[in-house]
Amino acid sequence: MTASNLQSSTGAVMVVGGGIAAIQASLDLADSGYYVYLVEKSAAIGGVMSQLDKTFPTNDCSMCILSPKLVEAGRHANIELITLAEVQELKGQVGDFTVKLREKARYVDLSKCIACGVCAEKCPKKVDDEFNRGLNKRKAAYVKYPQAVPLKYAIDKDNCIFFQKGKCRACEKFCPAGAIDFEQKDRERQIKVGAVILAAGFKPYDPVNYAQYAYAKLPNVVTALEFERILSASGPWMGHLVRPGDEKEPKKVAWLQCVGSRDINHCDHPYCSSVCCMYAIKEAVIAKEHSHGDLDTAIFFMDMRTFGKDFERTYVNAAKSGVRFVRSRVHSITETPETDLRIEYADDAGMLIAENFDLVVLSQGLEMNPETAEMCQRLGVDLAPSQFVATGSFDPVATSREGVFVCGALAGPKDIPISVVEASAAACAASAKLASSRGSLVQTREIPAQRPVLGDTPRVGVFVCSCGINIAGVVDVKAVMEYAATLPNVAYVENNLFTCSQDTQDKMAKVIAEKGLNRIVVAACSPRTHEPLFQETLQAAGLNKYLFDMANIRNQDSWVHAEEPEKATEKAKDQVRMAVAKASLLEPLNEVQLSVNPTAMVIGGGLAGMNAALNLASQGFATHLVERDNALGGNARLLRITAKGEEVQPYLAELAEKVKTDPLITTHLGATVETVEGFVGNFKTALAKDGGQEMIEHGAVVIATGAGEYKPDEYLYGQDPRIMTHLELDSALLSGELDPAKVDNAVFIQCVGSREPERPYCSKVCCTHTVETALHLKKHNPESRVIVLYRDMRTFGEREILYKEARAAGVLFVRYDVERKARVAKEGDDLFVYVWDHVLGRELKLPADLVGLASAIVSHRDQALAQMFKIPQDDDGWFLEAHVKLRPVDFATDGVFMAGLAHYPKPIEEAVAQAQAAVSRAVTVLSKPEITLPGTVAVIDQNKCVGCGVCWAVCAYSAISQDDKGLAVVNEALCKGCGTCVASCRSGAPNLRGFSNQDVMAQITTMLQG
Amino acid sequence: MSDNNGFQPRIAAFFCNWCTYGGADLAGVSRLQYPPNIRVIRIPCTGRLSPKFILQAFRQGADGVWVSGCHPGDCHYIAGNLYARRRFAVMKKLLDYIGIESGRLHFSWISSAEAEKFQRTVINVTEAVRELGPASHLIKDIKQSACPSLAAGCVCRAS
Repeated sequence: MTASNLQSSTGAVMVVGGGIAAIQASLDLADSGYYVYLVEKSAAIGGVMSQLDKTFPTNDCSMCILSPKLVEAGRHANIELITLAEVQELKGQVGDFTVKLREKARYVDLSKCIACGVCAEKCPKKVDDEFNRGLNKRKAAYVKYPQAVPLKYAIDKDNCIFFQKGKCRACEKFCPAGAIDFEQKDRERQIKVGAVILAAGFKPYDPVNYAQYAYAKLPNVVTALEFERILSASGPWMGHLVRPGDEKEPKKVAWLQCVGSRDINHCDHPYCSSVCCMYAIKEAVIAKEHSHGDLDTAIFFMDMRTFGKDFERTYVNAAKSGVRFVRSRVHSITETPETDLRIEYADDAGMLIAENFDLVVLSQGLEMNPETAEMCQRLGVDLAPSQFVATGSFDPVATSREGVFVCGALAGPKDIPISVVEASAAACAASAKLASSRGSLVQTREIPAQRPVLGDTPRVGVFVCSCGINIAGVVDVKAVMEYAATLPNVAYVENNLFTCSQDTQDKMAKVIAEKGLNRIVVAACSPRTHEPLFQETLQAAGLNKYLFDMANIRNQDSWVHAEEPEKATEKAKDQVRMAVAKASLLEPLNEVQLSVNPTAMVIGGGLAGMNAALNLASQGFATHLVERDNALGGNARLLRITAKGEEVQPYLAELAEKVKTDPLITTHLGATVETVEGFVGNFKTALAKDGGQEMIEHGAVVIATGAGEYKPDEYLYGQDPRIMTHLELDSALLSGELDPAKVDNAVFIQCVGSREPERPYCSKVCCTHTVETALHLKKHNPESRVIVLYRDMRTFGEREILYKEARAAGVLFVRYDVERKARVAKEGDDLFVYVWDHVLGRELKLPADLVGLASAIVSHRDQALAQMFKIPQDDDGWFLEAHVKLRPVDFATDGVFMAGLAHYPKPIEEAVAQAQAAVSRAVTVLSKPEITLPGTVAVIDQNKCVGCGVCWAVCAYSAISQDDKGLAVVNEALCKGCGTCVASCRSGAPNLRGFSNQDVMAQITTMLQG
Repeated sequence: MSDNNGFQPRIAAFFCNWCTYGGADLAGVSRLQYPPNIRVIRIPCTGRLSPKFILQAFRQGADGVWVSGCHPGDCHYIAGNLYARRRFAVMKKLLDYIGIESGRLHFSWISSAEAEKFQRTVINVTEAVRELGPASHLIKDIKQSACPSLAAGCVCRAS
């Protein structure tokens, strides 16, 4: 990962795939000085995440959190979206690749399509809608989903009547924009890039081969992804929970776990798919919410694997809310004559139980898409035995081919946050190779100087869009125009067929100059999609981009009042009047430019911290690495091997050596952070060191302060040297103090201090650690008796294979209930472990010459650091990221990032990926000479301020503070422009630029004047 | 049923940019039809909603006010919607105290993916306000002659 920069390279990267991982990698690279080709196979980006209803564990609406990223990727000047395209060939080497692409014809001209949907409406051919997993139909002329990016229709050639039978062309005839182009041909393209990131995702396992579950035959047996679409407000039943067979509301729903996972009978999938336990819980909880009544939900599982941040709580809360958890692998599903689904299973005691359900959801696993596997082979990228792309723990995003990186579920089953982390990590790794060519291919827009308008009488120009017939077909556009001309301050009005088209935009810029317009109102579609486009035109015409407002007369008028054209026209007039009233009051806003100090700081010198420092240095940024201990290495100094069997100590030594010799890294050992001042781009941090103080100025910071090990007060810990925690056990094995060949009876006890009322979380790594240690003991002494006492084995992902190996090697696994924990007793000199065996129904007495306690990972609960950097901590003491799903290494405070155990317990490869991801995010700040902040920020009128403190109490970003007079003052670098302070102040001192009290009041006042 | 069936209420709607405004846009994309009685003001966050905006709307003759933002936990600005909720609870009591029927003031959480919920809520809000008939309690009675430019849309009194 720290291979030296190439002297000359192409400053562009190709990202293959269109899901959340691909989007995140593209955004990171494009924001740090590289040109990105985002290559997606289907007609729009968004991936599987766009199909999900909610996301666990917070149950955020999936589309709501994804959509801003889609739009950002779609509009980014340095991201070129290439849809309907596949990679054919990759020639050359890192720094200088040539990619051959095959781009399929869309038969719709992207520059002309206005996404009005007339083509789909008129298209006579219906086909299964793959976005809704075939639960309903779409047309052969289609858009993948309503929020798709690019929001452009496509014609599905294989199903188009014209292509298949030679006539129809209905779409072409009715398209108001002339966008249909049947002459388009598939084409090949050669693109030069310096690196490639593969993020093509996974394929949901198709349970059609599971004969016992009769998925192919029974309509009310659905897959989990189908169930997501059933729950989704934009799905085939608009979020109404029904079963597909007869559209009746189900009263009882069952989830069957591990369908296509942990199974080598129906499929060759020995691995665990990592995400299904959590999504099943989420779906059960949401289904209960949807049904209002008493929906009975039951999840049939083998081990409940809720190992991530806040997952265990979600599990416990779901059980409390009435979701039933049944530990059993269901043999088969049969249909009763009443079309109920009959499930037979054996309970813990071995009793056979039969139960009927209305709907059964198969928790399908994740697998490699065979087409993607072929592509990987064409590209010379090795696959692991699981068929996912092979990676190592110390360089988790590198593939077997140099310069080709991988992220997301393509490299093994994983959830959204880890995919997003890996995406940023891959961006970091790619950009480390290409640092010498950073900025060489990026596009920048020339913006002419702004015309001063302050103090001039408002001259409002109103542009009323017909949007083909989308608006004009309902609203009397001419009447709206004539009305607009009568409004105060309006100096110019015109009507356009398509206001957003390039030629109209050029004309608009000209009109602004010719007519001396200084405020612009566009009455058209939604500001959410089009405001940035029109603002660019204002800038091109020399106007401040904030002198603009929109009237949404399409999405919120003509489209929703199609049957009431007169009322729609009246509403459009009202909307224009309100927009003109607001526009007349708008003032040019200043976008503050902050200079950025391109120096980084990393706090914590463990494995994550050292990786972060080295990656920052390899991208060319001077870095201060701060460690409070007198040596580097952290917890990793005590670890033996990774889950993939790589030895930790040689790697750690190499890492520390690189850190010491890197000229860009300054290491501060025995140093702690004393004070922090400043904000993104310009932090001033004082370190306490050697009894003195050192002040360091830096632009960004990565928090990698790690975590500690729980010291048990149970199981006789501390009373006998043969009872050890995992870290103690590893270091005894490393030092040779403990000879594995001499251990005859080993007992491991899982969940020591984890999943307890005072620590209601899973420590994630212990099950795997136990299994690999058990295997190690078995390897050196095959005759030894190794017994693992567990609650749920959580060997997630490809770790499941280790668990399988351990059982094959003769390690015994005995499950215990939390109500009936094991007991360690010392009888004379001998150690014994007593445990209740629920299969035998009696207590076992196990002799032990080694007791391994899988003790919890606990937070340092570093309040001081949290307060200094204004970063929150959750109830368990873990630092709380800006967004659990999509900003997993960022904080709400800009310029502060995190990696490693400080976030949550995690294995080495995730800590390394997080370190790289944090660097990638930090580089989006550090690589720019200055950052531009939006002009829509709060401002305080100190003449009105009484210093009561309400505004700084409510500000979620700590953007308001008290000045030396005791009055409130806004730090524009921190303000996000939400306006909560404005609405909270008793004295009316704060105001929000762009949405000021005056602006909103003018809208309210004029609202009813029609 | 009352005799307000023919009455067309005028409702001021305040939507946050990130959730409900998006839901309203999606209702358009999905061509979900609803009564044309609302007039929307887009604000960054429901946390931006000053209580005086609600009073001003009633003073200007709105028959109802509807505020809608993100679901708890979905707020783009972390917790703005929760501040709005608190403020709203107090506001509702105040309005009730001064004689504005609570059915004139509505608050909802609608995400940018909930087009159908948006449609349903517009219909419910409109019907609830229609039932109550025209609001007259707070309308300010300014004689046109008091300000000659008022008729021309002068907004100087707005703040």
